[in-house]
Amino acid sequence: MRNWPLWEVFVRSKNGLEHRHFGSLHAADEEMALENARDVYTRRSEGVSIWVVESKHITASNPEHHGELFEPAQDKVYRHPTFYDLPDEVKHM
Amino acid sequence: MKNENLIQYIYGIADNALILGQRLSELCGHGPNLETDIAGTNMALDLLGQTRSYYQYVAQLSGEGTTEDDIAFLRTERQYKNVLLVEQPNTHFGYVITRQFFYDVFHLLLLQELQNSKDETLAAIAKKGIKEVSYHQRFSSDWIKRLGDGTEVSHSKVQEAVDNLWKFTDELFHTTEDDKVAIKSGIGVDVTQLKSAYYEKIKAILEEATLNIPDHKWFRKGGKEGIHSEHMGYLLSDLQYMQRTYPDMKW
Amino acid sequence: MSEQEIKNMEEIFEQRIARDEKIEPKDWMPEKYRKTHIRQISQHAHSEIVGMLPEGNWVTRAPSMRRKVALLAKVQDEAGHGLYLYSACETLGVSREELYEQLHTGKAKYSSIFNYPTVTWADIGAIGWLVDGAAIINQVPLCSTSYGPYARAMVRVCKEESFHQRQGYEIMMTLAKGTPEQKELAQDALNRWWWPSLMMLGPTDAESVHTAQSMKWKLKRKTNDELRQQFIDQTVPQADLIGLTVPDPDLKWNEETGHYDFGSIDWDEFWQVVKGHGPCNKERMSARVDAWENGAWVRDAAMAYAEKQNDKEIKKAI
Repeated sequence: MRNWPLWEVFVRSKNGLEHRHFGSLHAADEEMALENARDVYTRRSEGVSIWVVESKHITASNPEHHGELFEPAQDKVYRHPTFYDLPDEVKHM
Repeated sequence: MKNENLIQYIYGIADNALILGQRLSELCGHGPNLETDIAGTNMALDLLGQTRSYYQYVAQLSGEGTTEDDIAFLRTERQYKNVLLVEQPNTHFGYVITRQFFYDVFHLLLLQELQNSKDETLAAIAKKGIKEVSYHQRFSSDWIKRLGDGTEVSHSKVQEAVDNLWKFTDELFHTTEDDKVAIKSGIGVDVTQLKSAYYEKIKAILEEATLNIPDHKWFRKGGKEGIHSEHMGYLLSDLQYMQRTYPDMKW
Repeated sequence: MSEQEIKNMEEIFEQRIARDEKIEPKDWMPEKYRKTHIRQISQHAHSEIVGMLPEGNWVTRAPSMRRKVALLAKVQDEAGHGLYLYSACETLGVSREELYEQLHTGKAKYSSIFNYPTVTWADIGAIGWLVDGAAIINQVPLCSTSYGPYARAMVRVCKEESFHQRQGYEIMMTLAKGTPEQKELAQDALNRWWWPSLMMLGPTDAESVHTAQSMKWKLKRKTNDELRQQFIDQTVPQADLIGLTVPDPDLKWNEETGHYDFGSIDWDEFWQVVKGHGPCNKERMSARVDAWENGAWVRDAAMAYAEKQNDKEIKKAI
């Protein structure tokens, strides 16, 4: 018999905050994954909302491609506000 | 209504939570996997928490320095008023789930009424409990379906549990003399009124789970009058061990 | 990859760790790093779930309602911690079922302290105070270990464990200031758990095979002997405070070193227990194996049900 698949659990700790990855667990179906997530990861009122997704559905970037994926962004300094010189007198910008 | 009637009425509810909580806590560390183990323990903690609220109230009603622990640990077997259903052993996971399911459905109906009790303390305990018990019912119903409509093995195991525990369901709707007094004064819930809703819900879930609904009409009762099954003595031996072995000490 | 290439990769890898960078699951890592982590994290996870048994033994007999719910919540936390750790371990490409298999066949180890029996209620106090106390000393440094998932699991574990030791010490304190009979229970438990707790921090540095490598990977921040000394230094005053006597006639405060000197540890006993000859090794393992095997039909049922539901949904969609 197949073992219970692995699920990733994301919890929103309170409204206004994003769901954050909390960890993983095993469950046979999505209902159970939600229930298990509630029982395992919110025993101390850590959350107000839970997402679960079966781990196999997550596509992850490969660290070997770190260079081509992330390094080209590093020299695009003009995307950041500090790139632009303004006189100190200009407020609220 | 006399204090003693009220106390007895509360035992009729609270002792179920204590004994079922005790049964569930026997399983901690022995579940079919970690996730299910943790879930079962959560239910045990909910039930024991409810028990404490009821017993603390009884202690207050009793006065004379009575504590929740005197009530939990120092009564004789005949003084516990839980139904026979909740003291039935953890024969296997099918029994654990069926026992839970049979009790949860009743428990939720009961608390939904009890929150309207004229007794404010009981109403407040019920209100808080509804949230916990709604989850218990969801959990046990889901599992009834998984076991019933799972594999052949699980189907026959849970069917066996349903067949064997069915006879304990009718007792949930019996009323003792104390219950009747409590109902009359607007404090207690008339459980006889819950019966049809109960069996409707139970049958719907069992059907969804592809399980047969037992049709026998003979039922067991006695727990509510303090006449328990043979399992109860052993359960109490564990429960009361420390308080009986080392009387009058603080822990 | 050629040998030279691997060597280069390893060098870069070690430098990353030295710079306090975290290693994440998909990062390249030396095979030895992976294996060592699987071994340590799973051992840790196994210790959590085997550790549930000696304490779970007293849940149904706890002496008060307050103690009962606290103990139950604590034992449940251990299941949670086991789960977090197994999850961390699974990111290294090994399944929980494989890890269980290793535990059940005796291939994997767990903390040998859980092979001692809990014979009285006071043992629950002693475990919380001493065993959790020793565990915390071991665990806190792991919150900043090099492997990301392990470090994150440990942060959660340490946060949740903070009540465990207090729970145990409070039990001991209550007993120690209770009736003479209760005080005797407390002293007796301390007598039995003291030495195993010291052993729990691992063999002496001279005999510890993994220390050097583990230090480099931040799986260890201090040596076993340093941890042991720290444990003794912090625990002895706690015993004094509640009037219990640490069962070591050689125990003495040393002004010069600023530490307690202590008597010699019976390492023969330690190795006997590690090898499987402790008082409860067999019972612990058979409890775990039974739970797993008796649960097989339940896990199968849930899977079969899920597959049927899936099929139904697919049919509906068509």
